[in-house]
Amino acid sequence: MAEAETKSIDNASIKMIEKAAADGANTAFDRAETMKPCPIGAEGTCCKNCGMGPCRVPLPKGKEETPKEKKERRGICGATAETIAARNFIRMIAGGAAAHSDHGRGVAKLFLAVAKGEAPGYEIKDEQKLLQLALDFGVTIGDRSNNEIAIDIGEKALAEFGKQEGEVLFLRRAPLKRQELWRREGIAPRGIDREIVEIMHRTHIGVDQDYRSLLRQGVRASIADGWGGSMIATELQDILFGTPAPVLGRINLGVLKRDEVNLIIHGHEPLLSEMIVVAAQEPQMIELAKSKGANGISIAGMCCTANEILMRHGVPLAGNFLQQELAIVTGAVDVMVVDIQCIMQSLTTVAECYHTKIITTSPKAHIPGAIHIEFDEHNAMESARAIVRTAIENFPNRGSNIDIPKEQTNLVAGFSHETINYLLGGIYRASYRPLNDNIINGRIRGVAGVVGCNNARVKHNENHVTMVKELIKNDVLVLQTGCSAIACAEAGLMTPEAAEYAGEGLASVCEAVGIPPVLHLGSCVDNSRILMAATAMVKDGGLGDDISELPVAGAAPEWMSEKAISIGQYFVGSGVFTVFGATWPTLGSPEVTEFLFKDLENICGGMWAFEPNPIKAAHLMIDHIDKKRKALGIDKARERILYDMAMRRELEAA
Amino acid sequence: MSKVIASAAIRGAYKIVGRAEKKWQEAMDRWGANEPVGFPNTAYYLPVIYGILGIPVEKLGDMEQVLKRCKSLLPPPVRENCPLPYLAPAIDAGMATFFADELIEAIRYLEEPDFYTKQEDPTDNNIWLGAADDVILRKRGIEFVDGTAPGFAAILGAAPTNEIAAKIAQELQQKNLYVFMSAEHNGKRFSEQLVEAGVQIGWPTRLVSFGPDVTATVFAAGFAIRVGFTFGGIGPGEYRRHLIYNKDRCFAFALPLGYITDEWYAQALGCINFGFPTIADTPIPEILPTGVCTYEHVVSNIPHDKIVAKAIEVRGLKVSVTEVPVPVAFGPAFEGERVRKGEWYLECGGGRTPMVEWCTSKRMDEVEDGKIEVIGPEIIDVPPESRLPLAIIVEVAGREMEEDYEPILERQIHHLINYTQGVWHIGQRDIAWLRITKSAMEKGFRLYHIGALLHAKLHQDFSRIFDKIQVKLYTEEDKVKEVTEKAKAVYGARDARIEGMTDESTDIYYSCTLCQSFAPNHVCIITPEKTGLCGSYNWMDCKAAYEINPTGPNQPVPKGETIDAKFGQWKGVNEFIYKASRGNLDHYNMYSIVYDPWTTCGCCECIAAVLPLCNGVMTVNREYTGGTPCGMKFTTLAGTVGGGVSTPGFVGHGKYNICQRKFIMADGGIKRMVWMPKMLKGEIADRLKARAEELGVPDLLDMIADETVGITEEEILPFLQEKGHPALSMEPILG
Repeated sequence: MAEAETKSIDNASIKMIEKAAADGANTAFDRAETMKPCPIGAEGTCCKNCGMGPCRVPLPKGKEETPKEKKERRGICGATAETIAARNFIRMIAGGAAAHSDHGRGVAKLFLAVAKGEAPGYEIKDEQKLLQLALDFGVTIGDRSNNEIAIDIGEKALAEFGKQEGEVLFLRRAPLKRQELWRREGIAPRGIDREIVEIMHRTHIGVDQDYRSLLRQGVRASIADGWGGSMIATELQDILFGTPAPVLGRINLGVLKRDEVNLIIHGHEPLLSEMIVVAAQEPQMIELAKSKGANGISIAGMCCTANEILMRHGVPLAGNFLQQELAIVTGAVDVMVVDIQCIMQSLTTVAECYHTKIITTSPKAHIPGAIHIEFDEHNAMESARAIVRTAIENFPNRGSNIDIPKEQTNLVAGFSHETINYLLGGIYRASYRPLNDNIINGRIRGVAGVVGCNNARVKHNENHVTMVKELIKNDVLVLQTGCSAIACAEAGLMTPEAAEYAGEGLASVCEAVGIPPVLHLGSCVDNSRILMAATAMVKDGGLGDDISELPVAGAAPEWMSEKAISIGQYFVGSGVFTVFGATWPTLGSPEVTEFLFKDLENICGGMWAFEPNPIKAAHLMIDHIDKKRKALGIDKARERILYDMAMRRELEAA
Repeated sequence: MSKVIASAAIRGAYKIVGRAEKKWQEAMDRWGANEPVGFPNTAYYLPVIYGILGIPVEKLGDMEQVLKRCKSLLPPPVRENCPLPYLAPAIDAGMATFFADELIEAIRYLEEPDFYTKQEDPTDNNIWLGAADDVILRKRGIEFVDGTAPGFAAILGAAPTNEIAAKIAQELQQKNLYVFMSAEHNGKRFSEQLVEAGVQIGWPTRLVSFGPDVTATVFAAGFAIRVGFTFGGIGPGEYRRHLIYNKDRCFAFALPLGYITDEWYAQALGCINFGFPTIADTPIPEILPTGVCTYEHVVSNIPHDKIVAKAIEVRGLKVSVTEVPVPVAFGPAFEGERVRKGEWYLECGGGRTPMVEWCTSKRMDEVEDGKIEVIGPEIIDVPPESRLPLAIIVEVAGREMEEDYEPILERQIHHLINYTQGVWHIGQRDIAWLRITKSAMEKGFRLYHIGALLHAKLHQDFSRIFDKIQVKLYTEEDKVKEVTEKAKAVYGARDARIEGMTDESTDIYYSCTLCQSFAPNHVCIITPEKTGLCGSYNWMDCKAAYEINPTGPNQPVPKGETIDAKFGQWKGVNEFIYKASRGNLDHYNMYSIVYDPWTTCGCCECIAAVLPLCNGVMTVNREYTGGTPCGMKFTTLAGTVGGGVSTPGFVGHGKYNICQRKFIMADGGIKRMVWMPKMLKGEIADRLKARAEELGVPDLLDMIADETVGITEEEILPFLQEKGHPALSMEPILG
C-alpha cells in the first residue's frame, strides 16, 4: 500500500499500480525499481559513436580533478569529455527534432493528399488559417479555390524538410530582433532535415570536436524543430482538423466505461485518430457494439494523441505516459491503438495479463506481439473501421478482473494562441493587449511554459503539479502541453475554479476572463503554439522587442525524451530561460554545462538550468521573470495616466 | 465576479435580440421587406451595424442578415461549474445587443414616426430626442475634436432623487462632458428627473434625453461610431479601427443608476467593445483587470457624490477645470442654454439698448491686473426685467502683446460669458446681446463677475501674450455711446487690415492639426486668403495661437519655393503636409477643387462639388439637410470626402472662404458658383455681393441657383442659361 503511494501522486494510478502487482503485470514503475540508470551515461560521458569504444570518461567522484587528470580524461580517438558530452547532447536534439519533424512531414504529406483530393474523409476545416499560412508562405490567394491554395502550401511545407539553402520559412514569424539574432549568430536553420543530418555528421568520429561549435549546431537544429517541423505539424493539423477552441473535457482512468467498448488512442498524431472518432460514431458500429453486449463505444485518448482529440472534439483523456500500462491494468480496455512516439514496448506484455489487443498503425512503429493495421491516408476510414471493429469484437473477451478507478476530473482545454487572442477581447476587440497590460500592471507576474514528459525516476506527476502550483501561487500564468498538461489537469488545475490556487492578481484576471490559471495548449508538437503566443506578446508591445525580453520562463520538470531536449533547446534558442528537472545529461562536463547554463544567454538571450526540486525550480523561474520585469521597468507600480486633448493628438494614427 | 456579469449580460442579450426578432417579424408582416428603414437624416444608416458589420440597413428586409449575425454572436449560457471562458463571448453578446437595439429603435421610427422630436431640443410635450442626425453630429462632433467636449457619460436609469440627478448632471457638465440618457429605474428616468428639477435639457446644454427605453442606449454608441466615420476617416465594416479609435480618443463611459437588469448588463458589455467602462452606484460585481478598456472595466458601489470623479479616473481622462470666481456653474456645457422672456432679470443690447465689447491694448503702467470696475448701476440697483446699456472694455498690457491679438481676445468674450450658467450671450462688437437670469441673480451673479471671469479665463488661456488685464463695464448710456464710437473706428481699421492681406504678402502660412485628435491624417493649411474648413480659424488666429502655444496644433509653415502659383502649391507646404499627415499625403493644391485639391476633415462648414453639366461648382452648408444638384446630401458628401483624403471634384471649406479671393481660383474662382442653399446665400449675401462687384459681375448672387430652382443639374441649367451665368461661358471645368 505505502509503496505504491511513493510512485505517483495520482490516486487512480496508485490503485492501478497495486492492481498490476496483484495481477502479476510488470510495469515501468517496477522496472525503475529494479534497474538503476547507468551513472556514466546519465552524465553524458560515455561515447559509443565508433567501434573503438564505448569510451567512458566520467568526472572523478568526491574529489577535485587535477589538470593532469583532466588532460587524460579522453576517449581512444582523443575526444575530450566536453566533446563527448556535447555530442551526446546534440544527438538527443537530433533525435527529438527528427521525431517532431517526421511527424510534421507525415502531416504535410496527408495535407497535400487532401488538397489533391486523394485522401477521402479529410477536408480543409480552417479556411482562415489556410489563408494566413498562404500569406506566411507567399502563396498567391487570388480567386483560387482552397484546394488549389492548399496544394501550393503543402508543396512548400514539404519542401521545407529537404531544403538545402536559405532559411526555414517560419523564422519570419518571429520578432524581427530574434530573426536578426539568429542570422548574426549563424544559427538560423537552412532546412529541417539538413540540420539534423548535419548533427549526425558532426558527431561522427573525428569531425566537429569543439563543444561550442557542436552545441551551436544543436541550437540551429532545435530551431528547425520548433519553428520548422513542429510548427508545420501544428499549423497543418489545425487547417485539416480545426484550430482548437476552449472545450470541456474529462480526464483520468475513470473515463473508461465498464459497460461500453473502450478504445484507447495512444501516441502523437491526430491523423488516424480523427477518423477513429468518426468511425466510432457510425450507427452500424454502435449496432455492432450492442450486438456484443456493450452499451456503446467509448473512445479515450492517451498522451499527445489524446491532447489532439481532446482539444478538437472533447474526447476524454485517460492519462499520460506513465499511465499507458495502467490503463490496460484496469482490464477494461478492449483495444489500445498506437501510432508513434512514447509507446512502451511492454504494452504487449502487460496486455498478455488481460484481454486487451494492442494495434500498431504506423509503418514506422512496429511492436512484436501487436496487431498491425497500417494507416493508409488514401483509405483512412477503412483502417479506422477495422480498428473499431476489432475493439468491439474483443469486448466479449473481457475477463472478470476489471477494476476501473473512479477518479476523473473536469478540465477546460483547447487554448491555441489564436483563441487566447479571441478570449481576451471578443471577436471585435481580439488582441493580446489585456495579457500584456496585466503583466505590465503586475496582476500577472509573468508567463511560464511548463511542458514535457513523465519520468519513472521521479514520482509520477509530482514535479509538474508542485511546480505549477508554486508558479500560479506567485501570479505566474502557466501554459502547458503534453504529459505535463495531463498531469496538472488530473490534479484539477485546468478548471476556472483552480483560480483559488492562484495569487490574487492572477486569480483576478482568470476570473475576469473565465479561464483556468493553467492553460492547455495541446500536444508536445504544439509547443510551437507557445512560441507563437510569446511572439504575439512581443508584437502587441510594451514588453520589449524580443522574446528574450519578456518576463517568461520554461520548464520540463519530469522530462525523459529526446524530444524534450529538443523542445527545451528551441525555447532557449528563442530566448527563453528553461529549467529541467529529473536529471541532466551533461553533468560529466562542467564546461559543456557552463556553456548551456551561462554562455548561451549571451548568444541567445535564453539559457538552461537544472533543478530537480520543483519548488526551487519554480523560484529560479520566478527570479528570472522578476529580472526581466526589472529590465523592462515594470517592477514597480505605475501611475495611472490620464489623457488630455494634447496627449490624444500625439497618439499615432488609428 | 465577472462570471455573474457575463451570465447576466448573455441573458440580457438573448432578451433584446429576441425582442428585435419579434419586432422585425411584426414589421415584416405589416410593411414587407421593401419598406425603407433608418434613423433620420444620416448617411450612416444604422451606424453601429454599418460601422462594425459594414451592412447598410436601408430596408426592413436588410435586417434579416443582421439578426442572423446577432444570433451567431449569442453564446450558450455560462455554466455554473467549470464554465468555458465567458468574457469574450459576453463582449460579443454585448455587440449583438447593440445591433438588436438599433433594429428595435429603427422599427420604432417606422411604427411611431413622432416618437422622437428628431431635433436638438425637447418640445413642450415630448422630451425624447432620438438618434442625433448628421447636422447635430457635425456641430457637436467638432467639440469632441477641438477638446471642448472630451467625451460623454451614458446614463441609464435614474438617481434616487431629482436633486441628486441635477447634481450629477451639473458635475458632468462642469467637466465638459455630454450626458446621453436612456432607460428607466423604478418608473423614473434621469431625463425626466432633470426636467422636474428645472434643468434645461437638450443638445445645447449637453444633456441629451435620447429615449425612455434601454435600447436608446445604442444612440450613444451610434454617436461614437459616427464620430469615427466623420472625423476619423474610418470606413464601414472596419470594426477594429472604429473600436480602437473610440477607446483611444472618445472618453466615454456608462453610468447605470439603480438596479442593473440583464438588459443593462448587456449594454455595458456592448460598451466594453468601445473601451467604455461602466461605473455603477449599486453593489454589483466588478471587473477590475484592464486591457479591453484602458483601465478597469466595471467598477461598482460608488456614492453619488464621488461617481463623476471616479468615472473620469477609470476612463483615464484628464479634465482641467479652472476655478472661475463666479457664484454659478461655469463651462462649455452651459454655452447652449437659452434664456427666454420672463426668465431674465437683466437684458442688455440686442437692439433694445446700446451694447459694445472692445478689447484694446494699453501701456503696462496704465493697467492694474485684476481691476474690475462697474461704472454706473449694477444689476442689484435695478428692478427685475430691467434693461441697461452696456460697454465691456477689456484692457490688456504686456511685452508680447500686439495689436493683432486684440480681436482674438475680444472674440473670446462671447463664449466665455456664455459659459456661465444662467447667462446668455450672442453677437459681438456693437451688436452684442446679453441676458442674465433671475436665478443667476439670486445666486449672487453681478455684472462685476463678467469682468472677473474674463480676467480669470483670459489669463488662463492667453497669459503668454499679455501680462496684465483689467475690465471696465459701463452701464450709463452716454458713456456706452462714447465707447462705441471709439471702438467702431478700431473695428473699421482692423477689417481693412485683414481684407488687405493676401497670400502673396506673407512667406509664412500656418497649419492647423487641431482635428488630429480625431482625424489623424488631416492637415489644414491656413493662409491669409483661406480660413480653416471649420470656419473657426483664420490666419491671424493661427498666428496668435502659435505665439500662445509654440508646440501646439498651429505651426508656422514657411511657403518655400513656389511650385505652382496658379494652383497654389509650394515646396515648404508640401513638405509640411507629408510630415504632418504621417506620410499619407505628399502634396495638395490650395486653389483648385479639380486637381489634387486640399483634404477635408469631418468638421468643414461647407462642401463644394463640381457640377460638370453646368460647368461650375456648387456648395452646401451642413445645416442644409435637403438634396443637392451633385446628387448627394451634405451628410453623404461628408462621408465621401472626409477623413483626410484628397478627393478631386470635392472639397470642404469654411463659409467665410467662399468670398475670399483665392477660393478655387485655379478653376475660375467664385464665378464658377452655380448653386447654394438659399439659407447660405442669405448668410453671406453682403460679402458675396462685394466680391462679385470686384469681379465685375455685380448680379452674381441672383444668378446662383438654390433649392427653390432645383436640386438636379438638369433643373438648374435652364435657370443659369436664362440668367446668363458666367460659368457657362468659361472654359470647361474638367479640362
